[in-house]
Amino acid sequence: MLAKRIIPCLDVKDGETVKGVNFVNFRSAGDPVELGKCYSDQGADELVYLDITASHEGRKTFTELVKKVAAQVSIPFTVGGGINEMKDVDRLLSAGADKVSINSAAIRNPNLIEDIAKNFGCQVCVVAIDANFEADMWRCYLNGGRVPTDKYLFSWAKEAQERGAGEILFTSMTHDGVKEGYANEALNRLSNDLNIPVIASGGAGKREHFRDAFIKGNADAALAASVFHFGEIGIRDLKTYLAEEGVCVRM
Amino acid sequence: MQVAIIKYNAGNICSVENALKRVGVTPVITDDKETLQKADKVIFPGVGEAASTMQYLKAHRLDELIKGLRQPVLGICIGMQLMCRHSEEGDVDCLNIFDAEVKRFVPTPQERKVPHMGWNTIEQLKSDMFPIELEKSFVYFVHSYYVPVNKNTTAVTDYITPFSAALHKDNFYATQFHIEKSGKVGEHILNHFLSL
Repeated sequence: MLAKRIIPCLDVKDGETVKGVNFVNFRSAGDPVELGKCYSDQGADELVYLDITASHEGRKTFTELVKKVAAQVSIPFTVGGGINEMKDVDRLLSAGADKVSINSAAIRNPNLIEDIAKNFGCQVCVVAIDANFEADMWRCYLNGGRVPTDKYLFSWAKEAQERGAGEILFTSMTHDGVKEGYANEALNRLSNDLNIPVIASGGAGKREHFRDAFIKGNADAALAASVFHFGEIGIRDLKTYLAEEGVCVRM
Repeated sequence: MQVAIIKYNAGNICSVENALKRVGVTPVITDDKETLQKADKVIFPGVGEAASTMQYLKAHRLDELIKGLRQPVLGICIGMQLMCRHSEEGDVDCLNIFDAEVKRFVPTPQERKVPHMGWNTIEQLKSDMFPIELEKSFVYFVHSYYVPVNKNTTAVTDYITPFSAALHKDNFYATQFHIEKSGKVGEHILNHFLSL
């Protein structure tokens, strides 16, 4: 049976992991490669590296980092942040990333999804959507949630799929950072609407939230950052718990 | 030991190179006939589309070369599919090492999502390509086409339908899953292949 995936997300700035980490006996907390290996050893199914650097110099550093991750980590990983055109995609895939995640660029230029799918295959193209629940609608936002758009979650996700997206990474801005669970109702609708995998993001605070994202939200994968980085939830413990709850996970 | 990776117009070749380096082997990536024939092991990896990659192989005379190899050869993902008789992807005749047809997944109401992407188990392990303790281990898949279970099947995975997760015939070995992205299990299988 296809396992539900657990995906830690690492924010990287100038080659260093941004959010703090709290692992016992873990010395290189800031090193994204070491941290990725550590998550992989604990049983993470995939990794996401998000480049939050704004500068050109930082982009180069990130590409070098992607090469190191590809050399040392033996599970799939996705990279995102600052991908605006095909040459960014080409650079990151050539460096060894398995998938790229595009967000604002996909909304500004939806043809980018088609270009990626045509040149590298659908499986490479993750379309990330940041949406906020307002006036009974899930409105999509640009630039890390700062700029509202006239696109809405369900129709935009469907369009992205039709254009060739291989996966949808849906972050609920309404739930993100609140630690009270994922947006399960919206996830469930999204998962039923689409025939590509849906990754849940935003809202994880405890183990039960992951279970609910899979069982109530019908998500194919769940992404989280701080609960893993701060050691609040261990990936191995989480997977043991999920297995007991009847969720198929890779042990 | 000399391990050669076949160089052709498919993606993902550097992932296999990285995986080999992690287990202590530095491969050569080449389309040179003599180098490939002389290598102790040959790996035929890739992510891509069947018809266009097959066309490339033919244009570069790699098709006959691959079929004629005598050392252990390992096909991965599209590499495995190209080693079959025919693929529905682009309706193309392939290398015909394995007498099997490559078909597209037809989604069911229970398992609707194509590609089959993520970690799934390999079962009913046969042949010397797998250490027996790997029965029911999770490995990483990304594919929209599959090879039905046939007489060369050496591992079965169930998604939409039971399909061939691996094939073996004579000196030809192949896996539908990405050995190079399958964590410790993948490294185990890779090491085992290198020891054949």
